[in-house]
Amino acid sequence: MAIVTAPTKACAVNPLKMSQPIGGAFAFMGLRGAMPLLHGSQGCTSFGLTLFVRHFKEAVPLQTTAMSEVATVLGGYENLELAILNIYNRTKPKIIGICSTGVTETNGDDVDAYLKLIRSSHPQLAKLPLVYVSTPDFKGAFQDGWERAVARIVEVLVEPNANGLRDPSKVNVLPGCHLTPGDLDELRVILDDFGLCPSFLPDLAGSLDGRIPDEFTPTTIGGIGVDEIASMGRAGWTIAIGAQMQRAAEVMQGKTGVPVRVFERLCGLCPNDEFMTFLSEISGRPIPLKYRRQRGQLADAMLDAHFHIGGRKVAIGAEPDLLFDLSGMLHDMGAQVTAAVTTTQSGVIERIKTKEVLIGDLEDLEWLAKTRHCDLLITHSHGRQAAARLKVPFYRTGFPMFDRLGAGHQLSVGYRGTRNLIFDIANLVIAHREENDQPTPDKWRTAAGLPPYSGYRSPIGADEGAIA
Amino acid sequence: MSSLAATLQNIFDEPGCAKNGSKSEAERKNGCTKQLQPGSAAGGCAFDGAKIALQPFTDVAHLVHGPIACEGNSWDNRGAASSGANLWRTAFTTDLSETDIVFGGEKRLCKAIKEIIEKCDPPAIFVYQTCIPAMIGDDINAVCKAASQRFAKPVIPINSPGFVGSKNLGNKLAGEALLEYVIGTQEPDYTTPYDINLIGEYNLSGELWQVKPLLDELGIRILSCISGDGKYREVASSHRARAAMLVCSKSMINVARKMEQRYRIPFFEGSFYGIQDSSESLRQLARLLVERGAPTDLLGRTEAVIAREEAWAWAAIEPYKSRFEGKKALLITGGVKSWSVVAALQEAGLELVGTSVKKSTRKDKERIKELMGQDAHMIEDMTPREMYKMLKDAKADIMLSGGKSQFVALKAVMPWLDINQERCHAYMGYVGMVKLVEEIDKSLSSPMWEQLRRPAPWEALAKAMKQMQSPISAIARNSTLAETERRATKICVCNTVDLGTIEDAIYAHGLKSVAAVREHTNAVGGCCQRHIEDILVSEPSALRQAAE
Repeated sequence: MAIVTAPTKACAVNPLKMSQPIGGAFAFMGLRGAMPLLHGSQGCTSFGLTLFVRHFKEAVPLQTTAMSEVATVLGGYENLELAILNIYNRTKPKIIGICSTGVTETNGDDVDAYLKLIRSSHPQLAKLPLVYVSTPDFKGAFQDGWERAVARIVEVLVEPNANGLRDPSKVNVLPGCHLTPGDLDELRVILDDFGLCPSFLPDLAGSLDGRIPDEFTPTTIGGIGVDEIASMGRAGWTIAIGAQMQRAAEVMQGKTGVPVRVFERLCGLCPNDEFMTFLSEISGRPIPLKYRRQRGQLADAMLDAHFHIGGRKVAIGAEPDLLFDLSGMLHDMGAQVTAAVTTTQSGVIERIKTKEVLIGDLEDLEWLAKTRHCDLLITHSHGRQAAARLKVPFYRTGFPMFDRLGAGHQLSVGYRGTRNLIFDIANLVIAHREENDQPTPDKWRTAAGLPPYSGYRSPIGADEGAIA
Repeated sequence: MSSLAATLQNIFDEPGCAKNGSKSEAERKNGCTKQLQPGSAAGGCAFDGAKIALQPFTDVAHLVHGPIACEGNSWDNRGAASSGANLWRTAFTTDLSETDIVFGGEKRLCKAIKEIIEKCDPPAIFVYQTCIPAMIGDDINAVCKAASQRFAKPVIPINSPGFVGSKNLGNKLAGEALLEYVIGTQEPDYTTPYDINLIGEYNLSGELWQVKPLLDELGIRILSCISGDGKYREVASSHRARAAMLVCSKSMINVARKMEQRYRIPFFEGSFYGIQDSSESLRQLARLLVERGAPTDLLGRTEAVIAREEAWAWAAIEPYKSRFEGKKALLITGGVKSWSVVAALQEAGLELVGTSVKKSTRKDKERIKELMGQDAHMIEDMTPREMYKMLKDAKADIMLSGGKSQFVALKAVMPWLDINQERCHAYMGYVGMVKLVEEIDKSLSSPMWEQLRRPAPWEALAKAMKQMQSPISAIARNSTLAETERRATKICVCNTVDLGTIEDAIYAHGLKSVAAVREHTNAVGGCCQRHIEDILVSEPSALRQAAE
């Protein structure tokens, strides 16, 4: 449907994209007792760390092999060995997740071979899982790093189901990086209510949900344990959320034979109807009353909010899966996805309900929003400067969200999550209109010249009439 | 043009650096970058440092030549403020792809410079080198030189790839680039005898504007601030200043010293953090300007402003002194400003239980000793776990540090204030110090802490249940055990007097005060005074009843 265009300019301005290695490290942060390690110069880690800390307002474990210029020339074996030994001795991790960076990919470090050597010369590491994933900075984006890391974790840590016995109540959930810890908690409750017992891989809700642990822990404070990952082959089903998780789900299926169902979207009415029906089927239970009520509430929220969201010309900048999910929901509400910018190639972007998707940056998004007269901007916090210049309502979503609180608890999944999201966006539009766009005697002249959507933006009295 | 290696050697040999000065010849040869520990390193790289030092130049386009990580993961993350241009907050990067790495990134860099000039036409472009183009041999010096000529516009190479060292080294490399390509390339419209440079001041949260009105009042003109709220033209003509103040001595001492050498601009190291430090800095500025020929009445005018501001600030802080009595603060910062903040907090009546000196020079440490006494608890390098323990054990009531250790304090449910670059309040000057004290008070006196430290209802219940089954209640039911326990519990540690002796004395003689207990037993009643008071109140104790 949508035409995908690639950038032609030499200079990216105000990047939307973040790098693969920190996306990979992010996946390891959903594992219990984990220490993600970037094999590169210490700035690679420091920038990523700052970004995560500002987003979650939490202590975040992330280490570096601190490659110097000389080490880069000589090869990174010694730095990697030292880093692993230091982490092993100082923080006693349950797992170390290693991501390469541009530096170590350019000089061609063979990390898999290094790890073999390190294991053979340090027998104390025999039982410590070391998972390596190749994530060069100069390819792909944040989401790709996550995708590759999760696929790799499944490949290395999940054990084949030797006796073929399955527990139908056990369900594997492979969430994409666009889901927040809050989303995972919501999904956990839903699955529990169907009598299913979910294992989330990765489980950011266990590690970055923002709580006060009893003790200081230098590694992740929670998440899925290595043992639990190993036993995922005994589950009845694997549910992958977001097209990015297709690959990990396939690896899982290939290795263990657990059947897979991919849900590309979990935001909106229809996607959740599908999801509930599926859960009902695999659990053999009727959809609980609670969700029947929640569905009604979502339907009502859509009725109330369509006056404000319907007809809006939306400019969205987000990673492919988040873009697909959100733009789909907004389209279903009657909004027009007028400008869409994403970070990296993906199968879903050409199915986005818009004319054109650009793989570009926030400068492109700002320009498109301006020339196409968009009146709602949705992207991560870096869009704040563009929003201020465009003078349009700005909804922050995705990663990073460093200038507002509660990033980890923003919801988009389930009937209830969609309902909240719709309210948030509609309220933003209402507040923006109240502050900037009150009707005046002169306004009708200009308003008449506006495109048809102005009909939706009727004065408040009319809205109240509609509700009554 | 010197190579990067030569520049590095030159920086390591900085005679103005106190740390360097205190080293032996052999140590000096090794350079000053501490070997980074793989697996336990924190902090930014040299590129990070260079960018931080120069990015506050507000009208310059900052172009990062590297893969997406270097700029994409880091842009718009500093709280420097601008009074005019906003170009510095726009991120430009060549976002190198795999193809560029195979075929070289110079062409893309050239095109990127052209695009920026067409779109924004900034007064200058700073091009930052990063690790990967350095590895594949992109010669940014040559590209910048060619671009400067072709577009008749300064295009400045900042040669500071991340892997050459730490953030601090990057600050200095940025300074070297300014010295080599920028400073002295333009002339100011006019000069006055009151022109100064501020070096190593970044106008975080706009805090420079808390001091600037005082300078304006005195007629002192900031010819150039390197680099907070700075403009390219200002720094390019900064060589005409009469005096300079080095604000962050760690980041740009090379700039201050070389400008003194080349352009005879005398400088001093000062700080606007803390009341006395602010006054001292104003005095020094006036003195240097007068020495360079400014009219001598400046000295008197400066003293008058200082007297007025100090009186105001002291009066504003006074009400807090009683509120801060007995409160202890732990200070973990980059270290440069340790001593100046130490002085400021003591002014407000806070007791400091420790301060980090990781980046402080020997001179800094001496000043801290002067301020905090010989037994000052100076922390060279504290692990997060140690900080957490210190706070959890309530050895400090509040921690002041940079954002990175924030959660160590907050997760120990202890008040914490950000005093590093990401903070949102400006603490500079007299106004700033009063603000800092206000913020500390707000944090310390919040009713929230009390609620958060309270255990959850189920935890309280579980604790009560445990106590019922605990050894103490078992002891209470067994007289011999209770007696042994009573004899084993030391109350006066100084003279080793146990609980049993004290309790028996109180019972036998009907004692009512600590002084009386002191008379009848060996107890000193000094450090154990509080304990004895407790025993007096709770007599007869459950243990003694059980023992009988």
